[in-house]
Amino acid sequence: MADKTVLLKIKRQASPSAESRWEEFELAWHPGMNVISSLMEIARNPITRDGKPTSPITYDANCLEEICGSCAMLINGRARMACSALIDNLEQPVRLEPMSKFPVVRDLAVDRSVLFENLKAVKAWIPIDGTYDLGSGPRISPADQEVAYPLSNCISCCCCMEACPQFNEHTGFVGAAAISQVRLFNAHPTGSELKRERLAALMGDGGIQECGYAQNCVEVCPKEIPLTQSISDVSGQVMRQAIGDLFRK
Amino acid sequence: MATNPKIIVIGGGLAGLSAVIKIAEMGGQVDLFSIVPVKRSHSVCAQGGINAAKNLKGEGDSTWKHFDDTVYGGDFLANQTPVKAMCEAAPGVIDLLDRMGVPFNRTPEGLLDFRRFGGTLYNRTAFAGATTGQQLLYALDEQVRRYESEGKVKKYEHWEFLSPVLDSERICRGICAMDLRSLEVRTFPADAIIVATGGIGAIFGKSTNSVVCTGSAQSALYQNGCYYANGEFIQVHPTCIPGEDKLRLMSESARGEGGRVWVPKTAGDKRDPKSIPASERWYFLEEWYPKYGNLVPRDVATRAIFKVVYEYNLGIDGKPMVYLDLTHIDRKILDRKLEGILEIYEKFVGDDPRDTPMKIFPGMHYTMGGLWVDYNQATNIPGIYAAGECEYQYHGANRLGANSLLSCIYGGFVAGPAAINYARNQKAAPSNGYFDAERKRQQENNAMLMKSEGTENPFKLWRELGELMTKHCTVIRYNKGLQEADGEICKLLERFQHINLSDKTQWANTSVIFSRQLYNMLQISRVVAQGAALRDESRGAHYKPDFPDRDDKNFLKTTKAYFAPDADEPKFEFEPVDVSLIPPRPRKYDAAK
Repeated sequence: MADKTVLLKIKRQASPSAESRWEEFELAWHPGMNVISSLMEIARNPITRDGKPTSPITYDANCLEEICGSCAMLINGRARMACSALIDNLEQPVRLEPMSKFPVVRDLAVDRSVLFENLKAVKAWIPIDGTYDLGSGPRISPADQEVAYPLSNCISCCCCMEACPQFNEHTGFVGAAAISQVRLFNAHPTGSELKRERLAALMGDGGIQECGYAQNCVEVCPKEIPLTQSISDVSGQVMRQAIGDLFRK
Repeated sequence: MATNPKIIVIGGGLAGLSAVIKIAEMGGQVDLFSIVPVKRSHSVCAQGGINAAKNLKGEGDSTWKHFDDTVYGGDFLANQTPVKAMCEAAPGVIDLLDRMGVPFNRTPEGLLDFRRFGGTLYNRTAFAGATTGQQLLYALDEQVRRYESEGKVKKYEHWEFLSPVLDSERICRGICAMDLRSLEVRTFPADAIIVATGGIGAIFGKSTNSVVCTGSAQSALYQNGCYYANGEFIQVHPTCIPGEDKLRLMSESARGEGGRVWVPKTAGDKRDPKSIPASERWYFLEEWYPKYGNLVPRDVATRAIFKVVYEYNLGIDGKPMVYLDLTHIDRKILDRKLEGILEIYEKFVGDDPRDTPMKIFPGMHYTMGGLWVDYNQATNIPGIYAAGECEYQYHGANRLGANSLLSCIYGGFVAGPAAINYARNQKAAPSNGYFDAERKRQQENNAMLMKSEGTENPFKLWRELGELMTKHCTVIRYNKGLQEADGEICKLLERFQHINLSDKTQWANTSVIFSRQLYNMLQISRVVAQGAALRDESRGAHYKPDFPDRDDKNFLKTTKAYFAPDADEPKFEFEPVDVSLIPPRPRKYDAAK
């Protein structure tokens, strides 16, 4: 073993129904190491700190540039992307766990399909007429583009949902990511066509009123999306629609 | 004959999703297969932009000029008819993306803004901050989600394509795929399939590509009879951030916005780069290529950096790195136009590129070669179509920046309707016995890997392959080295027979999944190495010091590799290139063309 080493404690779980257990690994230190490069090294030499052969760790990863949203996990207890977690900036032993609010698939990989279902429920798309040539889109001022662009940077990593105290089985809360997408699409000149339906989907149980304003979402978001602004903006829209509906009855 | 054909699309990046949208719009039914949730596909990594000659800057740009730049940039190896069609379609593609809500950067009047990219003198690149690929992919992903909620698209995410199912006439009738969680192997019938599985970066170990870009699907198709064309053309991007786990791209847009590449004039200069006066810096690209400056095409910039580092020994601190400098540009402009990519550098290196010049070096980036297709995106096997980076059609010997997003979307828009039309005129399959046979064959492959009791770790074999391919098959190629590489790949294939999976469980077992990919990587690596050995000339990204000039007499040809199952190796033939529109001329960037 090289002079300087890195200590990792990894929570492992063989299948969705299996019991979890911890394994420890000690790796030789290299400059520029991150959590993913450490997991790759374990795959090349799957032996625990006490010398027992084990299996490579299962985890989700793809771009390794914090833009695909795959490799979210709990690192020293905090939901974040593993590819941008530089070992030199982490306290050791580095604790790796799967996110706790989503069903574990195996080891550090979890099933986050709930977010994609939520995006369907809030109709997070622009209802275009078709893909044939219909000329250019609506004019959009640079100021409006500068509001939309950060919202459109959401990588669906689900860190905001993991960190949210209200996001759990009990409330069925839809979570900040999907709400922020409602803000994005409602603000678009063509997207606003579905505004009523989107807001209706956010009313009732599990809707936007479940938010407890803990503000954890905005703190953990790796893309620094103004999630709390989105929630208050969309809350206002929901409120106005609900009141309007009342008077229309 | 099916009126509402079932089409299988493999891969959910820009090309795959473009095809899906067209098929759903035409009344077809889609099964969409992807290793990762489609929103996490590699297309999200594209940063700088997408080209279209909309001529909104009063420069007199035209689709013909875009076409000429693309063919010239590709060193005349691309068939010209489809490239011209792509460039003509480009302004319409941008309009469509605009209508889908892509947050493109805007001019004060609210119109689309355009920037300059490598290999052109025009502002032709539309962009959304520095995350254009992500924004484009999301726009298509959202449209597909809409079709999914209408029941026209069924997604199979966390599934991997293993092989095509071919009937006795060698017509494709469906696919065999594996659930990456349960490891269940299943066959799926379809009237046609479209492959959109991206590049093959993983054969080089570390590259700018995503983890899923193994080329495994293309290799499986090649081993089942598809031609693989121009495999030797691999783009090395001049500006990457070296890393432990991958090479991270520093977009060409950094140079498009005024970034300058330089090294200290004195070898081993240890001063802080900001304190080195201009007179002691060597802006070698600007000196060697005064017309294009820092925006020469990628292959030219890459070789220049290699020359400065390895021939002049002027790498920073004696290491293989040069400076890419943005510090002379106003912070506000950098934040508005390049924030996304600057964040990457900050996050993964720890320095702020607004204050300190970035340290960069070339890295494997793009696969110009790929599955051979005709002008309808059809491979040589009836019923199999291909689109996007996994096919070879649009970039010739070198791809221009911001043409990849365009070729992916355009290729998908051609492939989708072509597959539908094919399916509507296709007779029904004779029998389904081929499905069972293929499923059993693939299940046996898995069982063999699980049983194998050797000593070789697949992840270590992969690292060896990557080092070998990077050394011999990237920027500078010698026949001796290429032959050596091929010999070493054969040894790795032999060692693969003695693999040992340290995981033998039947659930989300990454070792068995990766080992299957590794075998296919080894097979396609031979196509790259041998194809490069056969081409005794220098053209675009393919550079041999022993044959430094382009040789149109002997090599103005498409390389077509096919797999000879009995010999277990690639065989090659050559096909003339369509140069019907622009006669080939020498490619030079030290003066305007």
